[in-house]
This record gives sequence, C-alpha cells and structure tokens, in this order.
Amino acid sequence: MTSLPQNRTAKRLGLVIDLDVCVGCHACVISCKEWNTGGYGNALSDQDPYGGDVSGTFLNRIHSFEVVPEGGQIIGEAGDARVVHFPKSCLHCEDAPCVTVCPTGASYKRAEDGIVLVDEDKCIGCGLCAWACAYGAREMDLAAGVMKKCTLCVDRIYNETLKQEDRVPSCVRTCPVNARHFGDLGDPNSDVSIMVAERGGFDLMPEQETRPTNKYLPPRPRTCLSDSAPIIPLAENTEGARGFFAWLDKTLDRI
Amino acid sequence: MHPAFSIILFTTLSGLGYGLAVVLGLGFLDPSLLSTKLAYLASLALIGIGLLSSLLHLGNPQRAWRALSQWRSSWLSREGVMAIATFVPLTLNATLVIFTDRYDAILGLIGVLGALVTVYCTSMIYASLRTVGSWHTRLTPLCFILISLAGGLLLAGAFAGGNALMVELLALAVILLALIAKMVWRNRATTLVPVSTPESATGLGFIGKVRLFERPHALDNYLTREMGFRVARKHAAKLWVVAFFFGAILPILTLLIAMAAGSGPTAQLVLVAGVVAHFLGVFVERWLFFAEAKHAVMNYY
Repeated sequence: MTSLPQNRTAKRLGLVIDLDVCVGCHACVISCKEWNTGGYGNALSDQDPYGGDVSGTFLNRIHSFEVVPEGGQIIGEAGDARVVHFPKSCLHCEDAPCVTVCPTGASYKRAEDGIVLVDEDKCIGCGLCAWACAYGAREMDLAAGVMKKCTLCVDRIYNETLKQEDRVPSCVRTCPVNARHFGDLGDPNSDVSIMVAERGGFDLMPEQETRPTNKYLPPRPRTCLSDSAPIIPLAENTEGARGFFAWLDKTLDRI
Repeated sequence: MHPAFSIILFTTLSGLGYGLAVVLGLGFLDPSLLSTKLAYLASLALIGIGLLSSLLHLGNPQRAWRALSQWRSSWLSREGVMAIATFVPLTLNATLVIFTDRYDAILGLIGVLGALVTVYCTSMIYASLRTVGSWHTRLTPLCFILISLAGGLLLAGAFAGGNALMVELLALAVILLALIAKMVWRNRATTLVPVSTPESATGLGFIGKVRLFERPHALDNYLTREMGFRVARKHAAKLWVVAFFFGAILPILTLLIAMAAGSGPTAQLVLVAGVVAHFLGVFVERWLFFAEAKHAVMNYY
C-alpha cells in the first residue's frame, strides 16, 4: 500500500549528521555498501567495475562542497571559504513523495517506526520514485532492475543476534569521528533530539515539503585564519628561551 | 531529465491515439465509410503500441500488472487503470462501427471521457512532481490534452480526406490553442526561478555561497544519468523551432491547403503529410519536455 500510513506511532527513527566533524573519509560509504550488498534484498551491483566507465549502486554518498561567504575569497577579509563534507542518504521523510507515486505498492513507509522501504519483489523498476525524490536517495540497481535505497539497516537495528553496540546502522557504527548518530527523533528526550535542539539541526530543502526525519547539524563558527596567525612568526618566537640562549637572544637584540 | 525513448514514443503515440478516439467518440465521422473503420483501428493500434512501448523502460516488465494496484495514491497507477478501462468502450465502439456501421452516442461519449481522463492521468504523473519545477504546473495537463486533441483532429481529418470540414476547422482552432498553451508553458519553464538551490539543499546558505567541490564519485551514477541529462539542452533553441514549425505551422498550412482543395485524394495526401509533420513536431516537443527539465537533485551535483 503506497498511501502514507494513517496511524503512525510517534517513533521516528533516523540519523543526525554532524557537518562540523565529518572529515569526508567515505568510510560510511564503503561500510554501507559492504553491509547492504549482502543484506536486505538484491545485491548492490557495479557496472564495468574494473573498466574505464565504472559506476554502481550506492545508498549513501559523500559530497564535498565549498562554501564561500560574501567577500570571503580573500583570506581574513570576511570569514574564510571552507570545504564542508556532506554525507547524504535517505532522509526517511514523514511526507515521502517517493512512497505515494509508486504504482505497485513496492515503496512503503512503516507505521511503527517511519522507515521508508522498498519491497523488491513488487518493484517493476519504473524509476518514478527516484524522480519524486529531491535528495537523490534512490538509485535503480541496473543488474536487478529494482529500486534500492537506505533501509536504515533495518536488518541490524532490530537484530538480536548482534551485540547491543552493533544494533545501529552500519554507517553510524563505522564512522571514525562520530559524525553520524542514530536514534528516535520522535522522542524529544532522546540523545539525537537533544543534540538537534542544542546545535540547531536543520532539514534539507524544507521548501520541498517532505518533512525529512534525518537532521543535519551545522558547522560551528570558526575563528578567522588571520586572527589565529601570530604577529611574530613562530620561528622567531624566543619567549621560552633560558640560560645561554636567553643571554644570547638578549645580547643580539641589543646590538 | 533523461528522455527515455520508450516514454517519449508512448506519450506521443498514445496521445495521438486518444485524441483520435475522442473525435471518433463524438461521432464526427460517418460510420458507414471504410476510412472511418480504418480510423477506429488506427486509434486502437496507436494506443496499444504506445502502452506496450511504455513497458520497455521498466526494470522488471513481467511485474507490470502490479502497477494497477495503487490508484488511490499514484497517478502512474491511475493511468494504467484508466488505459485498460478505456479499452472496453473503445473496442466496443470500434466493433459496432466496423461490423454494423452503427455509431452509439452513449458508448462513444464514455470512450471520450475515458480517453480524456487517461491523457490527464499521464500528464499528472509529471505535473505532480514537485522536484521538477517546469512540470509542476496545471499548464502541463492542459498542454498534454490540447496536443492530444490537435493530433486526433488532424488525423481524423486525414482519414476523412477533406470530407469533414467541421473536423478541419476544429483541428485548426485546437492546434492554435495547443500552440498558445505550449508557448505559455515554455515561457514559464524558461523563466522559472528554482525553489531549491545548492544553499537550501545543503542548509549551508547561512555561511555563504555553496559550490560543489568534489562529486561523491569521479564518474557518472544513476542519478546524474537520469536527472542530469544535458545533450538536448545544448540544442534546445533549435529543437524548439523544429517542434514549433513541424508541430503547428506545417499542419496549419496543410489544413488550409486541404480546405482549399476540397475533397479528394489531393486533400487527403496533403493532410497525411500534415499528420506526419505534426507527429514529428510533437515527438521533438516531448523530447524537450524531458531533456530541458531540471531536477532538484542536481543541486547536489
């Protein structure tokens, strides 16, 4: 049934992604592909993997953006241009247009936790859900001919055969800098909700009116590079000198 | 957006077929003539070939029947249901005309309604997508329906071979209306200010101007191939002139010549040329409809 669930619980499982700490290492991309190619549904295929025109299906991708403030082209003038690494996977939207456009009922949103999934046995591979998604969260697997998307590792988070610390999405478990957090965004007292409230977490493209569950935390303000540059070059700083060298430094200064 | 050949062929062919079905369903053509019987067959064939070609772009066409299940929420599903449901009155109409020379007004009008609703559903698949700004307007279904009717009237005129002045006059009027609607549509599309920007897509607009520094992968992926199509955009201005000239100007000229020539093989031949030109023009128009459309996801690329 591809109408959105009428009786949703308050539970909204999702991710919080911290743009301040992501270093763009792509470890989550690889661990996502590794887990999900052998997990839920069809494998995530690659086309021409060792050839000149490599491409493949990924559920999580890292983009890197350059952000330049007005007049910020010159270092120290109006804040510095900076690079922000930007992980992007399905946002498990509350008003998911990818679900309602599906003609077969393959695409659905779970009433109990809000996860958006594809029943691959029903998917005809028409691609309309990928057209309806503004975030590029859905990619057609060219080998299987069905739509693939982030499952929020539904086969990990409820998996009682895994240790408690492993019952989080693969990308969250693998992130070396803790830029990705998993939790219930419908519960205002959950760690992720508190983090979003404290850091001013935001939605991507709110104007698309999809009400995403996943939130992004903004990069923290930075001190200007020119502010942190010492007036005396570091190599000429003699503050810590003692004994013979301190005497030499003073004597030479006097000459 | 990537213009899938099968989808362009489908919307062009079935649009023409449904347009012809509307003209036939209104009983404009004499059911006792052989040419009218052929027109009924042509209408069913155009719709049928169009629907079959729409299955070609599917990843798993053997499961296409499942697409009939979600008519409550999905315009694509509604289109499938309507297309099949409309086949019933259209086939009954055709059988009645071909074998008994009889036109039934009630059955005809049911077919007209079905044909119009099906074309509307097709257009709403695109018009309902907020992610593609140029499609997300009520002008999209208006253009689809008017272009379908224009083609149908022109084709009906060609089948009648100059014996249906009413159809020819209506064809002239509807081609002009379709042209105006399409020009307004395109003017809106080309001057549209996108609702989503790289700044809103990343939420980083509060720092400054956002520009892609590195793609997720060095080469293309499904998203850039499907949503980031560029080839025809390069020639968009030229192709628009082709669509304009073949889709509207040539058919109007052929209609005028046919009306001047009266009935007979000359008029029929000229009108057939007009139909071919119109088909080519609408094909290019549909190509541009997809190729020029910009998708919100490209704010990330």
